[in-house]
Amino acid sequence: MKIRLNGEEYTTSGAESIEELLSELGIEPGRVAVEVNLAIVRKADYGRFTLKEGDVVEVVNFVGGGSPGDRWIRALIP
Amino acid sequence: MELTDEQIHRYSRHIILPEVGGKGQKRLLSARVFIVGAGGLGCPVGYYLAAAGVGTIGIIDNDTIELSNLQRQIAHSTERLGMNKAESAKKTFEALNPDVKVTAIKERITRDNILDLIKGYDIVVDGSDNFPTRYLVNDACVLSGKPLVSGAILRFEGQVTTILPGDGHCYRCLFEQPPPPGLVPSCQEAGVLGALPGIIGGLQAMEVLKLILGKGEPLKNQMLIYNALTTTFRKVKVPKNPGCPVCGENPNITELQDYEADYCEMRF
Repeated sequence: MKIRLNGEEYTTSGAESIEELLSELGIEPGRVAVEVNLAIVRKADYGRFTLKEGDVVEVVNFVGGGSPGDRWIRALIP
Repeated sequence: MELTDEQIHRYSRHIILPEVGGKGQKRLLSARVFIVGAGGLGCPVGYYLAAAGVGTIGIIDNDTIELSNLQRQIAHSTERLGMNKAESAKKTFEALNPDVKVTAIKERITRDNILDLIKGYDIVVDGSDNFPTRYLVNDACVLSGKPLVSGAILRFEGQVTTILPGDGHCYRCLFEQPPPPGLVPSCQEAGVLGALPGIIGGLQAMEVLKLILGKGEPLKNQMLIYNALTTTFRKVKVPKNPGCPVCGENPNITELQDYEADYCEMRF
């Protein structure tokens, strides 16, 4: 099925629902918002929301900011 | 208010723009902007607003400057390590432009102080680095009808959106609830490449200037997403969500919440 994903053409590899699309893309559903044809889809509906040919899908990352603190960075350095 | 000769000289590149002119410059000088956070985003936003002659700037941050901030937080400096960030930003902005009155608030922004803090300002800018503050600022602006220019950065991605309560979407229209704490970026996934906040903060400052001047199209009902690795900008339309819990038709958020609940692990 061909859809428009984040402004570009995308052919799904069998995904029919939003949940399956995110899984196909390797995206954790809790970290994004999904909009289909200009309407936000509630997370609870990702499993039952069926995509159709030509749908315009936007997947937007949840970006809060990222300052984990020096203590954690230091732990990354051997 | 009349512009002095020195002001006419300082702002001459504004004044020669027909969209600004002397009238627009006076609007900038009498505008009041409140900035949440004096970090990666707050530094460039405040720096450019001060340069442009935005007359009153409030900036809140309760953190002190650490060495690891200086790779991106350009209003601070090595000799100011340990200084409060809002205080340092005030010194930098006022040194750039003595026309600007900067109020530094060395507190943490909370549901108890935010409404009082933003009350005297025309526009709020969100440059916070965590979800609880982001939702607090959104809800406070929606509930008090205050325009909000929101920015967020992580790794190589930045987002900007302009929220005009009553006239378009809000942050919760897109992201209804904060993500579960277990899904916030871990330290391995965090980090920010140095110039990214400069780009996003510059866009936020431009949105603020446009709102003050009443020129151009604000980023309402849209989110601009920047990918630094591919050097691409994507605009996502974000229609107002009728089911939005704070600005929808039947909002269930009618007062500020306890945003820190369940998020203690976010603040290390």
